[in-house]
Amino acid sequence: MTAVWTTIVALALGTMAIKAVGPVALGGREPPPRAAAVIALVAPALLAALVVYETVVSEDGGVELDARLVGVAAAALALVLRLPLLAVVGLAALATAVTRALF
Amino acid sequence: MADTVDLRAGFRAGLPFLLPTLALGVSFGVLAQPVMGTVAPIAMSVFVFAGAAQFASLSVLAAGGAAGAAIAAGLLMNARFLPMGFAIAPSLPGRAAARAAQGQAIVDASWAISSRGDGTFDRGILFGATLVQGTGWIAGTVAGVLGGSALSDPEQFGLDAIFPAFYLALLFEEARHRRAIAVALLGAAITLALMPVAPPGVPVIAASLAALLGLRGR
Repeated sequence: MTAVWTTIVALALGTMAIKAVGPVALGGREPPPRAAAVIALVAPALLAALVVYETVVSEDGGVELDARLVGVAAAALALVLRLPLLAVVGLAALATAVTRALF
Repeated sequence: MADTVDLRAGFRAGLPFLLPTLALGVSFGVLAQPVMGTVAPIAMSVFVFAGAAQFASLSVLAAGGAAGAAIAAGLLMNARFLPMGFAIAPSLPGRAAARAAQGQAIVDASWAISSRGDGTFDRGILFGATLVQGTGWIAGTVAGVLGGSALSDPEQFGLDAIFPAFYLALLFEEARHRRAIAVALLGAAITLALMPVAPPGVPVIAASLAALLGLRGR
C-alpha cells in the first residue's frame, strides 16, 4: 500500500507544480509580442492533439481505430452544419453508441 | 482585463461534461478499487484530479510496477498542463501565490472552454467549468469504489466520444485563420506520429511545439 500512497502524494505535488509554473513565471502581465503570437497558437495545437488522442487512443496508449471515429465524424458534420454545441457532442455519443451496438 | 469573475458562465459551459466526467470517475473507481483499496482512489481523485494521469499511474500499479514508474507515467501525462499554464498565465491576475492557486483550476476541457480564441482566457469560465468537472470526477470515483458498476461501461453509451467531439468543436472556433489551421494540422500530425512509439503523454505535449510557428513573421 505504501507504493500507492507514495504515488498519490508525489503525483499531487508534481501536478500542482506543473500547473503553477506558467502562471507564476509570466502571469498577470502582457507577454512580449513574439511570445504572445506563440501563446495564441498553443490552443489550436493542443486542441488538435487532444482530438486525435481521444479519438484513437488504445488502452496502452497506442492507436486503435473504433466507433469513436464515427462519432467524431458525426461531430464534424454537425459543426459544418453549424448545430449548437450540445447537439454536436450528443450526436457524437449517439453515433458512437449506435455503431457499437450494430457491429 | 475585467476583474469580475462570472462562475455561472463556467457552470453552464461545464455542464455538458458532468455526465461523461461522472462516468469516467466511476470507471476509475471500479478499476482502482482492487488495486488501491477504497480510500486511496478517492484521495487521488481529490488531490491529483487529473483523469488521464490517474489512469496512467493506475495501470502501472495494477501491473505490479514501482511507485517511481507510476509517478513518472502520471507526471508525463500531466506535462501538457505546462504549455496550457503558460498560455493562460497572462489572463490570471494577482500575486505569484494567487496566480499559482488559480492555475490549479487548469484541466483540459476547462482550459479549452475558457479560451476566447484571441490568446486571452476567461478565468470565471475556467473556475466554474472545473468545479463542475471536479464534482463529477470525485462523485464518480466514490460511486465506483463503492461498487457502482452500473455506469462502469460508459463506452456502451458512446460517452468516450464526447470529449474528442467537444475538443473538435472548440478547435472549429479557434482555427479561424490560416496560421491557426496550419498549427492545428501540424499538432494533429505530431500526435498521431508519436502515439505508436512514444510513452503516453508525450504525443500530446509534443504537439504544443507546433505553436512555435507563431515565431515566423506574418
